[in-house]
Amino acid sequence: MPIFSFLAYPENSMKDQLIKDLSVMQYCEVKPSDNKDVLILLTDTPDEETNKDLINNIKDLASLQSLSMTFGHTD
Amino acid sequence: MTITRRHFIRSMALKSAAVAAATMFPGISFASWKPTDLPAGSIQWNKTPCRFCGTGCGLLVGVSGEKAVAVKGDPRCSVNKGLCCVKGYHSVQILYGKDRFKTAYVRKNGQMVPTPIEEALDLVAEKMKTSIQEKGKDSVCIYGSGQWSIPDGYAASKFFKGCIGTNNVEANARLCMASAVTGCLTTFGLDEPMGCYEDIDNADVFITWGNNMAEMHPVLFSRMLANRKSKTHVKIIDLTTRSTRSSQAADKSMIFNPQSDLAIANGICHEIIKNGWINEAFVSKHVSFHKGKTNIGYGTEDHFKFKDKAETVDFEALKTFLEDYTPETVEKISGVSAEDIKYLAALYGDPAKKVTSFWTMGMNQHTRGTWINNLVYNIHLLTGKISEPGNSPFSLTGQPSACGTVREVGTLTHKLPHGVVMKEESRKMAAKIWGVPETNIDPKPTYHTVEMFRALDRGDINFMWIQVTNPMVTMPNLRRYRDGAKKDGRFIVVSEIYPTPTSDVADVILPSALWVEREGFFGNSERRTQHNAQLVPKPGEAMCNTWQLIQVARRLGFEKQFPWSQDSYIEDIWNEYTKFHDTPKHRMAPYKVLTEQSGVQWPYVDGKETRWRYNGKYDPACQGDSFDFYGKPDHRAWVWLRPYEPAAESPDREYPFWLNTGRVLEHWHTGSMTRRIPILHKAMPESYVEINPEDAKSLGVVEGSKVKISSRRGSLVMKASINGRGNPPTGMVFVPFFDESYLINEVTLDAFCPISKQPDYKKCAVKLEKV
Repeated sequence: MPIFSFLAYPENSMKDQLIKDLSVMQYCEVKPSDNKDVLILLTDTPDEETNKDLINNIKDLASLQSLSMTFGHTD
Repeated sequence: MTITRRHFIRSMALKSAAVAAATMFPGISFASWKPTDLPAGSIQWNKTPCRFCGTGCGLLVGVSGEKAVAVKGDPRCSVNKGLCCVKGYHSVQILYGKDRFKTAYVRKNGQMVPTPIEEALDLVAEKMKTSIQEKGKDSVCIYGSGQWSIPDGYAASKFFKGCIGTNNVEANARLCMASAVTGCLTTFGLDEPMGCYEDIDNADVFITWGNNMAEMHPVLFSRMLANRKSKTHVKIIDLTTRSTRSSQAADKSMIFNPQSDLAIANGICHEIIKNGWINEAFVSKHVSFHKGKTNIGYGTEDHFKFKDKAETVDFEALKTFLEDYTPETVEKISGVSAEDIKYLAALYGDPAKKVTSFWTMGMNQHTRGTWINNLVYNIHLLTGKISEPGNSPFSLTGQPSACGTVREVGTLTHKLPHGVVMKEESRKMAAKIWGVPETNIDPKPTYHTVEMFRALDRGDINFMWIQVTNPMVTMPNLRRYRDGAKKDGRFIVVSEIYPTPTSDVADVILPSALWVEREGFFGNSERRTQHNAQLVPKPGEAMCNTWQLIQVARRLGFEKQFPWSQDSYIEDIWNEYTKFHDTPKHRMAPYKVLTEQSGVQWPYVDGKETRWRYNGKYDPACQGDSFDFYGKPDHRAWVWLRPYEPAAESPDREYPFWLNTGRVLEHWHTGSMTRRIPILHKAMPESYVEINPEDAKSLGVVEGSKVKISSRRGSLVMKASINGRGNPPTGMVFVPFFDESYLINEVTLDAFCPISKQPDYKKCAVKLEKV
């Protein structure tokens, strides 16, 4: 059960879009900050293959500038 | 509320992200998020220092049953304030690799055979005894590390120096911070930084000298970024030989030619004097001027000897000396523009700005490592920017106890826990505390690390005990030393946790207890001593390194010197060791205090830690309330006249590239632990060679192409990385050394600083060929 957390940085002025994009993706949980341009992203996938696909899909988002991993767990 | 394991891990993941965000963005808030309460009673959280770098982050390790299951940053620890880096968060997984040594092994007919540990210890003692009887006490040696817990190093020093009577005690910290030691000793007369990490919160300007803190000291780098976020005027200046992640985050990055940091530092001092930015009141009261020998060699030949000789000079001599280092001349040597040299001098010279300089291996792994340490101290001394909050020349360490064990206990050939073997009063103190005749302690140092491995190759040493380090990956000019260790008549004992290229050459492998499987102490870069309790059982017959040493010492007849019981020997050793430092200059916290707090800084006097040394406002060892550099007889810090001299080996027509080596964020040192953590291994599965895009184009190489790197000593083939996380300038390549499949040290050169004897892993000449 891969579980990861990230700091996700939106492209300029695209924080709301990034929240929308991530919120509709399966296995993602988003925690937007109230006052800064950064989000916490939690991914919780059933297996490594799904996790790999998910991360690739997230990286393709036009609203995302970069992802910085802060925690990771795999069994 | 029932909390599943999955729920718990999700909660940990969210917490770590929130802590990271809070560190990067002070004042950040997440209204929609509330931390989930952790299950009470099911997990016990216990404090411990991190097992990896010299930052000394405080961790809380969660133990469930007999297993360590989770890690979080200790919010009570002032070092990291609850934050960890990616290695720290996954650190408990190093305990549970599938190929962990759980029993001893002895080489029989060429094969490593599982053997009861008591039998293996008998053999180690017998081999030591035979070697001493047949070839003398200096035929045996011990080689440890900055990952030795303090009691390990103390027991090794007492056993070898006090009982056997040989100074053949060295540690891998010789390879990583010996120049920082000799830099401190020659400038201040005492070792270790005067400042502390609170400097990071107080500085206006950070200048990093050849130091990629974003990857090597990420938690401290985060604190720098947090300071800059909270105060818009704060600047980070990155002086570097290749562009790194730190360069990307810096306000300004300046690429300099390898070795030319010597000229840059002198150029900065030239400008400070020329523009009248000297703090004359400070200099006249607290500084004296000296010069040493020049053209001092590189130590590439066996039996190389060098002794510096200090000559006192005056300020006018310094001024004359610096006339050779105008910004324009320095530009020609360094490649850094004269304008940028003037800018750096203006930052250091502005009395309204507090400046902290950071460095680690870039300045220490340098054939003039002592000199460049002296020269950066010169800048801070001429401007009086030292020993007060935010004004700090700060040498960071790479290992968790390079300071606590190697520098403070003194596990180097010339050192004792207090003072040096050459001094009668130091030998008398050690003999009295250790309960041995003073004549046991030899007044002559023997071999520094490189020379110790040369002695093993020559056969002058034939018994070597290696604990907690992996020299068959890390020694420069490696092939010679690996071949030497395999020669007939050598007997190699390796205390280890996992198979490594070093355990491959062992005659005996002793399984070691690791980190929280035993009690111990580390000492970090800011003079902070950190205690860890044993939190989980040792696997199989694994044994604490200290106890291994005690067991062998007793077998050689030193029961009187090692009388302690297994229940209390760590506390007993601490109580004996601290007798060596019982003065206001270095008093250490009592055992009980250390068990209760997340680290305590020395000098610890009257129940108080010392944040800044040599400043009477903070340091009880000072005479008066002004600055007092009490390490030197004249109570002044020494400014040294040290010139620019070239590297031991520079690119030429045959070998046209500089080779630079180092580390990456995900892996610690030789990767023997972090490569067994699946997520870190996946993130950085193998080493590579960074090549500048222009050089790659000339060679016809693209990302992932195989490239052969050759020097006069060896070669290897690995994949190219172009425009990766680091980017060297044209004419340089960079290779991380964490991957034992690519032994880059077969290519490096065993040249060293003649004063510190620390090798230079950052500069040698290589050629590249597309394979």
